Amino acid sequence: MVAKQSKKKNEFLYFALRNNKLRIGMTVVLLFVVLAIIGPWLTDFVPRQYATAGPNAPSSEFWFGTTSFGEDVFTQFVYGLQATFIVGLLGGGLGTLIGILVGFIAGYRGGLLDEILNMMTNIVLVVPSLVVLLIIAAYLEVRGLVFESVFIGCFAWPWAARAIRAQTFSLRSREFVDLARLSGVKPLRIVFTEIAPNMMSYLLLVFILQFGGAILTAATLDFIGLGPTKGISLGLMMHNAILWGALILGMWWWFVPPGLAITAIVGALYITNVGLDEVFNPKLREM
Amino acid sequence: MLELEGISKAYRVGTFGGRQLVAVNDVSFDVGDREVVSLIGESGSGKSTIGKMILRLTSTSGGVIRFNGTVISGLKKGALKEYYRNVQGVFQDPFSSYNPIFKADRVFRIIRQAFFPKIGNQEWKEKVNRSLGAVGLNSEHVLSKFPHQLSGGQLQRFLIARALLLDIRFLVADEIISMLDASTRIDVLNLLADLKSRGLSILFITHDLSLGYYISERAVILYRGCVVEMGKTEGIFDNPLHPYTRMLMESVPRLDKKWEAVKAELKAKQAGLTTGCVYYERCPAAGRSDDCKTNRPGLHEVEAGHFVACCRNNAS
Amino acid sequence: MSLQVENLTITYQTLRGDVRALERATFDVADGEIMGLAGESGCGKTTLGTSLTLLKPPMRYIEGRVALDGEELPIWDTDAMNPFRFKKVSVIPQYAMNAMNPTRKIGRMTSELLRARRADHKGALRELRRRLELVELGADVLSMYPIELSGGMKQRMVMVLSTLLNPSLLIADEITSALDVSTQKAVAEMLVGFRDREFVKSLIVITHDISILYQIADSILVMYAGQLAEKASTDVIIQAPRHPYTKLLISSLPKVGVKYAEQRLAGIPGSPPLLLDPPQGCRFRERCPVAFDRCTAVPPFVEVEKGHFIACWKESVVHA
Repeated sequence: MVAKQSKKKNEFLYFALRNNKLRIGMTVVLLFVVLAIIGPWLTDFVPRQYATAGPNAPSSEFWFGTTSFGEDVFTQFVYGLQATFIVGLLGGGLGTLIGILVGFIAGYRGGLLDEILNMMTNIVLVVPSLVVLLIIAAYLEVRGLVFESVFIGCFAWPWAARAIRAQTFSLRSREFVDLARLSGVKPLRIVFTEIAPNMMSYLLLVFILQFGGAILTAATLDFIGLGPTKGISLGLMMHNAILWGALILGMWWWFVPPGLAITAIVGALYITNVGLDEVFNPKLREM
Repeated sequence: MLELEGISKAYRVGTFGGRQLVAVNDVSFDVGDREVVSLIGESGSGKSTIGKMILRLTSTSGGVIRFNGTVISGLKKGALKEYYRNVQGVFQDPFSSYNPIFKADRVFRIIRQAFFPKIGNQEWKEKVNRSLGAVGLNSEHVLSKFPHQLSGGQLQRFLIARALLLDIRFLVADEIISMLDASTRIDVLNLLADLKSRGLSILFITHDLSLGYYISERAVILYRGCVVEMGKTEGIFDNPLHPYTRMLMESVPRLDKKWEAVKAELKAKQAGLTTGCVYYERCPAAGRSDDCKTNRPGLHEVEAGHFVACCRNNAS
Repeated sequence: MSLQVENLTITYQTLRGDVRALERATFDVADGEIMGLAGESGCGKTTLGTSLTLLKPPMRYIEGRVALDGEELPIWDTDAMNPFRFKKVSVIPQYAMNAMNPTRKIGRMTSELLRARRADHKGALRELRRRLELVELGADVLSMYPIELSGGMKQRMVMVLSTLLNPSLLIADEITSALDVSTQKAVAEMLVGFRDREFVKSLIVITHDISILYQIADSILVMYAGQLAEKASTDVIIQAPRHPYTKLLISSLPKVGVKYAEQRLAGIPGSPPLLLDPPQGCRFRERCPVAFDRCTAVPPFVEVEKGHFIACWKESVVHA
């Protein structure tokens, strides 16, 4: 097992390191991650702290300037990055997990169970999540980051479930699954020991997509004011900026950094995905 | 050993399963001890479905399958596992039969975990070597290799070795050599025939009549889920009665006769007109002479009151 | 027409190096000849067929001359080959049956193809209808989608399309493999029909199924591991082959009338060499029962009898 795995890993690593999309994408994302981690040490303030009077353009003291309330934009930015990544991880992770469960079961068992799960998937897809969130927001006065992540995860899983179900379907009809059945292996065990390992690269791609999607969704929700009621995030920054007239008053430093950051992160994640697809799928590679 | 009685399989198609697709329609035949039966049919004939039903990979929609008297559709868990100790299958695509990310001998390990959980390492090793030897594989060459490092023929033999580990009585061979190269096909085929002499019964599913003829005693011809003709292989091939069987015999490309010749021969047989001696086809070569094919011998008296209609005898 | 191939050598570029898929192939196909190209997987027959019509990366042209009807075919230059494709040399690739765009009606696909080839559109359409009737497809197939046709019908459609402009040479790559026995026969007989009606002048039929070749081919060229082994008329190859590989191959094929109990057939032990780093000389050397020391040099493909070519030191020496 070792020889082939290492050779395969080497082959993947070889292509991974040479794939431009992968390199660029991962670099951008990693840059932001590093910033999110070490950010708080680079600043003396906390997000909602009054730092100085009124809005100021970026200067050597306040790298990203200050808001209408004198809060340091850079501080808000790095703390907001943290929140963004947490939502991405939690929300995307949850979405992937549910998607895997539903996808595997529906794909492997087929039949009535598949039809039921399919229906559920389609229903969740069609339900207008925004409306649901509005209703919930009317009842829940205090909402945290975790709630937002769970909410996003609960509405994002259908995409993952569909993709995984399709892959499972095609793998399940391969003869090595039949052979495993002929050896008396139980169905659940077959799914995890035969089918899932074959789909590892696919699952990784699905997770990255969910991660990026969760970040984007969170930013959107925050922007329209349905985000967490406390804390700060990139979307929330933009929400505040627009709310307080940054667009009209020309305070570009308030909303451009967060907007650019979200675009850059999500875009980089999608590019990474495309690159990874090329790495894993020999047919897509350019020779 | 294995009996199929009125076996049917219907699939539900369309939204919410409104319509039915009948893949297998009231099929009955049996396979005895140490017997090789060919299940011959083209695509869509249902032959693979029958194989899957015998292996309990698909459920039956109707009918009964009995293995040594026991009905197999009711078997669960422990009893099913016992069934798999006696009945196994090998499939068409050697490369699809292995999980590509693991080594080939993982299939052995799965068998060990499932059926021989308490066996000692040394004993297992000997068992594996014996199985590999029985299929003509060298354990040094094939163990610890990945599927893509082995050839199609080796992979199929590996799978047969896997089945032999269990001391099976019955093997379902579903088109197992159709994806192999011509020169390796015959080796795997010979292997199957050898195993028969060691007590194995085989259901040989194929679309290739010459393979069926080579290896089996009896043949079952399947068309669109129904048995159209069944019987001793030689009998069916020499004298196909069902029009579909005749069409098969006429259409299969042979290496010894051209299509027109086969067609003409079959036609002649059907019409009952033969030029030459009626016994020509079955007469041993030693008895034939050149005239026998073209001249129908009349009855000649060779000694008092003793008549014979034979060209050779007439000559002498 | 005639096809002359001289010293054609093709390699495949892969990560691990160049795979020497075709080595100095030299042979002729005469006017009106149906030549079968037989061999096992990896022997180079598809490479040979594809190189004559669509040589593009990862295939790489190394050397060799190809002449069709006296005209040199610039197979190394994809663009220069354009005027020849479809009109002088045509190919039915292995996957052709399944390569039709499922969202286009057949008639529309056909018009687009004809327009791309800048053929006389109206005239060609008329001819197309006529030929469709001939192969028993009926002109209404043009208004159907590929999914409505059966395998045999699709194959016949592809065959008609490929020969519409009356090419001199048609290369059919494994066109009978995926079909039922009865359709196989119909398609194979259709190929012969095309030749007889002069829709094509000569055919190269690539397949691993030698029994089909016995039925329709005039001559058979047997390949092994990228090298040519033997070429002769069909009857000679089947009944009196001389190359050790051909002999072993033919004798390993089960025929109706041969039972295991009566006559145990034998295969060829071992497996073909990997072509990344093939052995020197004759590549069948390691599995050959009569190999001797001369075999470390590549045997030339020589004519030992009229129309019978063989690449074997043993056989050509004996009759030299």
